Amino acid sequence: MNGPVRSRIRVEGIVQGVGFRPFVHALATRYGLTGLVGNDAGGVFIEAEGPATAVGALVEAVRHRAPALAVVEWVSVTPVPPTGARGFEIVPSVAGQATRAVVPADVATCADCLAELFDPADRRHLYPFVNCTNCGPRFTIVTAVPYDRAVTTMAGFAMCAACEREYRDPRDRRFHAQPTCCSDCGPALALTAPGGTAVPGDPVTEAAALLAAGAVVAVKGLGGYHLAVDAADEAAVATLRARKGRPDKAFAVLAPGLPAVRELCEAGEDAAGLLTGPRAPIVLLPRLRGAPVAPSVAPDSGELGVLLPYTPLHHLLARRLARPYVLTSGNVSDEPIAYDDTDARRRLGGIADAFLSHDRPIRAPADDSVVRMFRGAALPVRRARGYTPEPFMLPWPVRRPVLACGAAQKSTFCLARGRHAVVSQHLGDLESYRTLRAFGTEIGRWRRLFGIEPAVVAHDLHPEYLSTKYALALDGVEHAGVQHHHAHIASCLADNGEPGPVIGVAFDGTGYGDDGTIWGGELLVADLAGYDRAGHLEQVRMPGGVTAIRQPWRMAAAWLHAAAVPAAGLDVARRNAAAWPAVSALAAAGGPAAPVTSSAGRLFDAVAALLGVRDTVTYEGQAAMGLELRVDRDVRDGYPVTVTGPSPVVIRSTDLVRAVAEDLRRGVPAGVIAARFHHGLAGAVAAAVGLVAGATGLGTVALSGGVFANTVLLGGVDDRLRRDGVRVLTHRRVPCNDGGISLGQAVVAAARD
Amino acid sequence: LAHGSGGKATQTLIQAVFLEEFGNPLLAPLEDGATLPLGDARAAFTTDSFVVSPLFFPGGDIGDLAVNGTVNDLAMCGARPAFLAAGFILEEGFPVADLRRIAASMAAAAAAAGVSIVTGDTKVVQRGKADGCYITTTGVGVVERPVELSASGARPGDAVIVSGPMGDHGAAIMVARGDFDLESPIVSDTAPLHGVVSALLDALPGHVRTLRDATRGGVATILNEVATASRAAVVIEEKALPVRPEVTGVCELLGIDPLYVACEGRFVAVVDGAHAGRALEALRRHPLGAGASIIGTIRDDPPGLVLLRTAFGGTRIVDLLVGDPLPRIC
Ligand SMILES: [Fe+3]
Ligand SMILES: [Mg+2]
Ligand SMILES: [Zn+2]
Ligand SMILES: [Zn+2]
Repeated sequence: MNGPVRSRIRVEGIVQGVGFRPFVHALATRYGLTGLVGNDAGGVFIEAEGPATAVGALVEAVRHRAPALAVVEWVSVTPVPPTGARGFEIVPSVAGQATRAVVPADVATCADCLAELFDPADRRHLYPFVNCTNCGPRFTIVTAVPYDRAVTTMAGFAMCAACEREYRDPRDRRFHAQPTCCSDCGPALALTAPGGTAVPGDPVTEAAALLAAGAVVAVKGLGGYHLAVDAADEAAVATLRARKGRPDKAFAVLAPGLPAVRELCEAGEDAAGLLTGPRAPIVLLPRLRGAPVAPSVAPDSGELGVLLPYTPLHHLLARRLARPYVLTSGNVSDEPIAYDDTDARRRLGGIADAFLSHDRPIRAPADDSVVRMFRGAALPVRRARGYTPEPFMLPWPVRRPVLACGAAQKSTFCLARGRHAVVSQHLGDLESYRTLRAFGTEIGRWRRLFGIEPAVVAHDLHPEYLSTKYALALDGVEHAGVQHHHAHIASCLADNGEPGPVIGVAFDGTGYGDDGTIWGGELLVADLAGYDRAGHLEQVRMPGGVTAIRQPWRMAAAWLHAAAVPAAGLDVARRNAAAWPAVSALAAAGGPAAPVTSSAGRLFDAVAALLGVRDTVTYEGQAAMGLELRVDRDVRDGYPVTVTGPSPVVIRSTDLVRAVAEDLRRGVPAGVIAARFHHGLAGAVAAAVGLVAGATGLGTVALSGGVFANTVLLGGVDDRLRRDGVRVLTHRRVPCNDGGISLGQAVVAAARD
Repeated sequence: LAHGSGGKATQTLIQAVFLEEFGNPLLAPLEDGATLPLGDARAAFTTDSFVVSPLFFPGGDIGDLAVNGTVNDLAMCGARPAFLAAGFILEEGFPVADLRRIAASMAAAAAAAGVSIVTGDTKVVQRGKADGCYITTTGVGVVERPVELSASGARPGDAVIVSGPMGDHGAAIMVARGDFDLESPIVSDTAPLHGVVSALLDALPGHVRTLRDATRGGVATILNEVATASRAAVVIEEKALPVRPEVTGVCELLGIDPLYVACEGRFVAVVDGAHAGRALEALRRHPLGAGASIIGTIRDDPPGLVLLRTAFGGTRIVDLLVGDPLPRIC
């Protein structure tokens, strides 16, 4: 049989909005095939007719040579009778019940578009919304699937003849680029005063002039409004802090290019790759001594969060200003990022001196993503713009669709069906009403986008989490409570595509234990379906509950009491002399106002307060980060720690506290004590894991929980475990903090279903 | 134990057990007391049991608490309290001197409130079967004004008023328990409220929608009841919340939000927003309303939620607590 054959080919995965149809069209044309290609709610459908070898070559290319931004997950080929029709065309999208189509993430401006942006001869010269098939807004402008201009916030902009020509030309880079536009037909930039009156002149030039003069400018980005100030202007940065109600937490800095990044930070090739890549996250990097940024950009950190421009507008502003500017989420304190124009004017009107905005609406909020570098790889800290809604492939299918509602702070949710799980963008602290509302709105939007109707709803065991209450208020579904630290370990397993069982080490601030106490320094023997609490850090009281989290010195008082170390003569007791007796008595008395905890985060807090790093904090992890920063990198030894066992294995943290207090009294420098504490704890974790491994025969460990954002501890534990021949799983795609909890909850609920 | 703390667990218990068994139109609204038609007159009728540890605390004891608590439940119905009944459960061996002291303070509180204790009952249980002394009081009052007060009566635009500083009673109790090393001048606010309520109702005839005394679970729990029953939003301002500095100090020490701390002589009033100023004036003229403040307003959206606007312009959710609060932050 040498006659023509015709095949119907289905492609699923991330295949929309990534130039897949033009790619197929170009191949088919090259191979002399006839037929059609189009999008539907399930992905891409192709019919190709011609010699069998040519059709086979097309299928092969679709499988293995897809465009850079595409992820081909599944290809099916069905023979159909040839029709003899001529030509190969891109046919209109077919709407329908969404199945497996995936909306792409937003993509940073590509090199081709960037060249056009700054090419005086190009018709898009200096046009702040230039984009193409390879870059531009996606997730933040889409309202429905299949992904097409009509279901994006570009629907209101009718293409001009020139743009339409490019859009229809299969050889053009903008062939079926849904958000394509130009200054004749696309969105327009405007600079306005907070009241809405236009500032005369070129918006970018004037905005840059305002920044240079020390003003706070609100800049509308991809997933919301940001607030910008000149990063070197201390007064401007301090003004921004005061207006935002954010006293200490570090701001990110946008540098105009890689060379500028390298004047601020140590950025190796791995970091450079991330910064310049299509996701363009904020990367936390070691700050160079004398880096030209104002002190209050990152007051208590040795790191700096840096990013490169990822939209044409950010490029234009960076080039015009010609120096780094702070770019931080447009919000007040812990509120979610503002993305609706009216809402942004209302909420940021008292913060920003001017608004650099435009008329392309944003459909969904998306903060900038944040990663930290660890041994050449990215450890996710916050997962949002550029990453979501990229799906996770699960090695095991989910029986019934799952919605997992996550934790309380760093809130995300997760939807899972079949072999896919999608994790929402970082939404923030659910106790903020605006975040809770965004949480509900986004769950609705994601359910529609992915066509997932959850039958099982997973939630934390903490009865007071608003995510728990949200889950329990949903009717007609099955509820599945998942223990917080089990969810952490399960998220690490899912992140690595493994089912367990493993020895899970979950170290974080607080999580609700299944015994009603507060956990946070846990060794679990876990698989996806269940866990045993094999061990934990020694328990202590938290005098004043939530106040003990905001005032780490209280944990110092509690730990000194637990370790029977007299506080007399210690600076921490002197600094907090007024309330010390009451707090110590509370720690001794216990009761509901001093709950029991095995938290690792609170142990770090205690040691940080003992060393005088911080007595109070204004954001999560602040004291622990300060302690990590103090670590003297030349010190290798650690404090000896008793580990008792085997059931449960308990790491005797009082040994650490006692040793810290003794060294303090001896006048040992804080950096040495901080190092010995980290190494001592890492050694204790490895020893505890050894005991559990001996009892269970397990040889794999999963490390999760927010405390493992501390790379000194992570590195120390990782080194020791590997030396002991243990396989170590760490996070790669979801954060080890509570931002990863929803994924863990989803796979646990699915495994139990 | 969480079932008694006045939050969501208590509400669930009430709904699951009592409403199910006793359900009738007078009970269904779950107000502090029932208003009963008696011929041409209306009577208010209520009962309350008192368990408190310690029995004696700065500013009062279980005796005046038991009188004022029931007097206040009648006052919240807009009634003039008239008669009380008192039932005692005593643990074997409970000191007679203590009992005398309690009875004396009940008599004094009754005299101050203008009510008579007209009947009663006493039971003694074995040692260890009770914690010293429990008192149940039942009260009858006369509703002399044509008021319709209900937690479901709040409407958008109404003002939310609290009659004085929050949390004095609960903070005094926590200090009196002596679990921690703290000297504090805080005294319980226990007091009969029908006088100050009369002053309010007389100043605003027909414009008072809701009256609730903020006992267990504090002001936050009352506001949640109003939001739920009225299907409205209660939006309060952090800056406007009246709390004594020494109460703030104790709450800070213990990690407790004063919004959730019990009062025994404060109430929450929801009044027509147009008359809020007059309401505040009337309250402040009375000694028990001298510290009254407007703390927020009723909105239509989001229905059923209580929101707190923070000093920085953020909006936090003031939720009904399920049980003893454990830290939610990581
Ligand atoms: Fe956690
Ligand atoms: Mg009562
Ligand atoms: Zn491009
Ligand atoms: Zn155009």
